[in-house]
Amino acid sequence: MNRFLWPLIAFALLMVVMVVGLNNADRKGIIRSPLIGQPAPVFDAPDLLDPSARVTSAQLLGGWHLVNVWGTWCVECRAEHATLLAISREGKMPVIGLDWKDSDEDAKVWLQQLGNPYQHVGADRDGRIAIDWGVYGAPESFLVDPSGTVRQKRTGAMSEELWSRCFLPYLSEPQPKIPADCT
Amino acid sequence: MARLFAAVLVTLVFSLALTVPAFAVDMTPPLPDPVLQQRYNVLVHELRCMQCQNEALADSNVSLAADLRLQVRNMLAAGKTDDEVRNYLVARYGEFILFRPRMSLRNLWLWAAPVVLLVVGGLAAARILRRRAALLDADPDSSEE
Repeated sequence: MNRFLWPLIAFALLMVVMVVGLNNADRKGIIRSPLIGQPAPVFDAPDLLDPSARVTSAQLLGGWHLVNVWGTWCVECRAEHATLLAISREGKMPVIGLDWKDSDEDAKVWLQQLGNPYQHVGADRDGRIAIDWGVYGAPESFLVDPSGTVRQKRTGAMSEELWSRCFLPYLSEPQPKIPADCT
Repeated sequence: MARLFAAVLVTLVFSLALTVPAFAVDMTPPLPDPVLQQRYNVLVHELRCMQCQNEALADSNVSLAADLRLQVRNMLAAGKTDDEVRNYLVARYGEFILFRPRMSLRNLWLWAAPVVLLVVGGLAAARILRRRAALLDADPDSSEE
């Protein structure tokens, strides 16, 4: 009996470690952003639609914002566009767009044809701002709180289901319990 | 025999014809100082392309990799150290961007596990061997030797 006890205990411990690890694993291929809990990266971009205006990180202060990184070359961005329009209509917070490595002309046509969910759109023509935000696959959406801190991030298309399950809880609770598959 | 030879020859010629000549992925302008360029080469090989996660920055032709290579180049040209470049990227993309993870409190157990397992295994083996030797010594019927 005693002979098998220790190997059995070791095996059971190993199983616990593996089950816990698997259950807490991030989505495959998705990297948890080190920006969460950090101040939103500083940027100052030309406004896509208004040549005389700038879109800056200072505008993120004082209220909740959803920062959405997109481009007309990005297939998934088209897929999430209806959701962004719905979020914008819902009116809980403005959506700030960051047009990543795109042609301004294509982006303007896109917004004319599909509708414009954005309060402001910054043009990140050379991709420098996206690097500061740790963007690696558009679309990406960042939830920024009134103090300018990044609270949540989604890599990949936003959906209404994700919006209400992974993002909206932050508005009502200071530290909401968010499911592991939200990142 | 001659037919076999001909078949092998034809296969070889065809397979060579199908290969694509290697082309340079990295279009980043070289740094003026060869020492800096050497450091650049080492860095872009140990940093991960975040979009095509099993490739290094050096080998990837996606546009984000090109942007990050340019960023590494410009930081080195501006006099930043290798660690400053690494920290800059880790702060934005996470530890995952390093192919060679750094030792930290969080992953210390990973580094320690092989040593711990070796010691535990060694102790267990020593105990078993000693016990076996004791059994043999104590056994009057032992016919060994």
